[in-house]
Amino acid sequence: MSERATQPRTAADLAIQERQVPERERGADSGRIRARFDRLKAEGRGGLVTFVTAGDPDFETGAELLAGLPDAGADLIELGIPFSDPMADGPAIQQGSLRALRAGMTLRRTLDLVAGFRERDGDTPVVLMGYYNPIYAYGVERFLADAQAAGVDGLIIVDLPPEEDVELCIPALKAGVNFIRLATPTTDDNRLPAVLTNTSGFVYYVSIAGITGTRAAADQQVAEAVERLRRHTDLPVAVGFGIRTPEQAAKIAEIADAAVVGSALVETVAANLNADGTPKTGCARAVLDQVRALADGVRGAVKQA
Amino acid sequence: MTVERPNTFASGPDEFGHFGIFGGRFVAETLMPLILEVERAFNEAREDPEFLRELDVYSRTYVGRPSPLYFAERITEELGGAKVYFKRDELNHTGAHKINNTLGQILLARRMGKTRIIAETGAGQHGVATATVCARFNLPCVVYMGRTDMERQSANVFRMKLLGAEVVPVDSGTATLKDAMNEAIRDWVANVENTFYIIGTVAGPHPYPYMVREFQSVIGQEVRWQMQEAEGRLPDSLVACIGGGSNALGLFHPFLDDAEVDIYGVEAAGHGIESGEHAASLNGGRPGVLHGNRTYLLQTGDGQILDAYSISAGLDYPGIGPEHAWLHESGRVTYLSASDQEALDAFQWCTRKEGIIPALEPAHALAVVRKLAPELPRDHLMVMNMCGRGDKDVATVAKRLGVEL
Repeated sequence: MSERATQPRTAADLAIQERQVPERERGADSGRIRARFDRLKAEGRGGLVTFVTAGDPDFETGAELLAGLPDAGADLIELGIPFSDPMADGPAIQQGSLRALRAGMTLRRTLDLVAGFRERDGDTPVVLMGYYNPIYAYGVERFLADAQAAGVDGLIIVDLPPEEDVELCIPALKAGVNFIRLATPTTDDNRLPAVLTNTSGFVYYVSIAGITGTRAAADQQVAEAVERLRRHTDLPVAVGFGIRTPEQAAKIAEIADAAVVGSALVETVAANLNADGTPKTGCARAVLDQVRALADGVRGAVKQA
Repeated sequence: MTVERPNTFASGPDEFGHFGIFGGRFVAETLMPLILEVERAFNEAREDPEFLRELDVYSRTYVGRPSPLYFAERITEELGGAKVYFKRDELNHTGAHKINNTLGQILLARRMGKTRIIAETGAGQHGVATATVCARFNLPCVVYMGRTDMERQSANVFRMKLLGAEVVPVDSGTATLKDAMNEAIRDWVANVENTFYIIGTVAGPHPYPYMVREFQSVIGQEVRWQMQEAEGRLPDSLVACIGGGSNALGLFHPFLDDAEVDIYGVEAAGHGIESGEHAASLNGGRPGVLHGNRTYLLQTGDGQILDAYSISAGLDYPGIGPEHAWLHESGRVTYLSASDQEALDAFQWCTRKEGIIPALEPAHALAVVRKLAPELPRDHLMVMNMCGRGDKDVATVAKRLGVEL
């Protein structure tokens, strides 16, 4: 790390920072993400971010699950866009993605799911998380317009680093859709400015070098990393990867502004399927019960100064 | 198409790794610092006489370069047109062009102080070439291979194990090459500190398409002087098969700015492009983003990646190197295709005519040579890249011909 820190930034790094979209050129966003983090701050607690794959195991169950998340205690919702080749995901989310695709999910139907959710919930932020190819195939301009119309507040696109900002990040910011970047343990102080350029809504800290749903980081390491991020940005910091239990979520919610739980929920979906892959009665309820327990954990946590 | 013709076709990629709109670095943030480090290390190495000397010594004494340029006299006689030459990269150590690249990358990995090597493989040729250099340089090697491919290529699986590599079966997705690549990327993300990923073709995030091309370009560079020696001039046309496209780019790249040289890439048409069961990304796909780069992909309207199909496991990939996508759109290279059946016929024909058993991959290129050469004058010099030997395919061919071994 220290060796890298002494190296000058490359021309490419500087070029990235020159692409910063100034405030006046950014479209007005929905305001839901900011409002939610403001409220969490007022309540003096960290938030719970839940991840499920859109339409896993099918559209109807996905809709039922989504509709129940706010009452179960999800403060923000991350919704995975199903993709055939999810390179940054572990087995649980890979399987969830394939189940959704087999049940006929597409990016269009993912947006329909959000639109249905928005008919009854105008406050809970919804962030789509996924890979670029389905969006590229859909068409970036059309996607941003349709996502906004559906009530999507932000995007987390795993395979779009700052080097590729012209693809989707800059058009999204101009359209008023938040673009939430991932920072990782390999993102050193030298690179962090490039990663934070054009990040909006919040920063998602990936607590381990690895894929989703595998191991967990030590609290101390996470605390140091969050501290480091806060030296570089005023945006809220959510932490994810490897958080499974209410106790872990509570601990992270003390350190960061929010804790993200994903694979553990997707595994509960998998555990509530019939042999033919159709959901058992109560599949969505089982996941929502788990969310309730996680939310209780997070709400019981005392915020560190 | 109204693509402006550039001054040079050989100068790409730009600093962001783009060939026109293709290429780039579409990877997770965890990998970005490492990818930038690989790029920096490669650019330094290729200017370092010591690195180049080391590469040259091993290329000559371990790989067996230069590979011969061979005049295929009986094939030429039968076709009655162009004079057909084979670039004999199947004579390399391990039996294919793959080792040109794995040798270069492992020397780079050592230079970077990496202590663990991973790779993906489809047919097993790249896995064997990686396991080979790992044995030679004493580095632990993990090869990801789709379970379906492991069954199709069991001899290569055993070769890798003999060489000391761990072969990890991949069951995710459809258990073929693209899934093996996904799994290798997942391993890399989790072991980014000590691990070097040796990608087997001119695909993946920048600098890989560029770096692999540079290591493979030795093929075309040798052809330039070998043809001078044999005929006193440059060839008139080049033909090579394409899965990801590393052997083809290795042959083509040193000739891209020689406008008088016609260049043909050959994709695998499987059961025919109209059947939907093929591996022809350029002729049957459209641009998309996968495995770190934008290129032509086989995919659904919703952007989900489709499985490729070919009798040849080495061509069975739903994408193609980004530089090929650009050479296709710019019109510099003409991309044709050959079916399973045409490749199978060419495989047997070459074996009987020249006493050379080609791999099923270059058998696709040979099928196109067979169509093009008769229409050309006798003073036309055509070079086909015989990029792999066919011993690994004997069982597959026997099965297709209904012969019990």
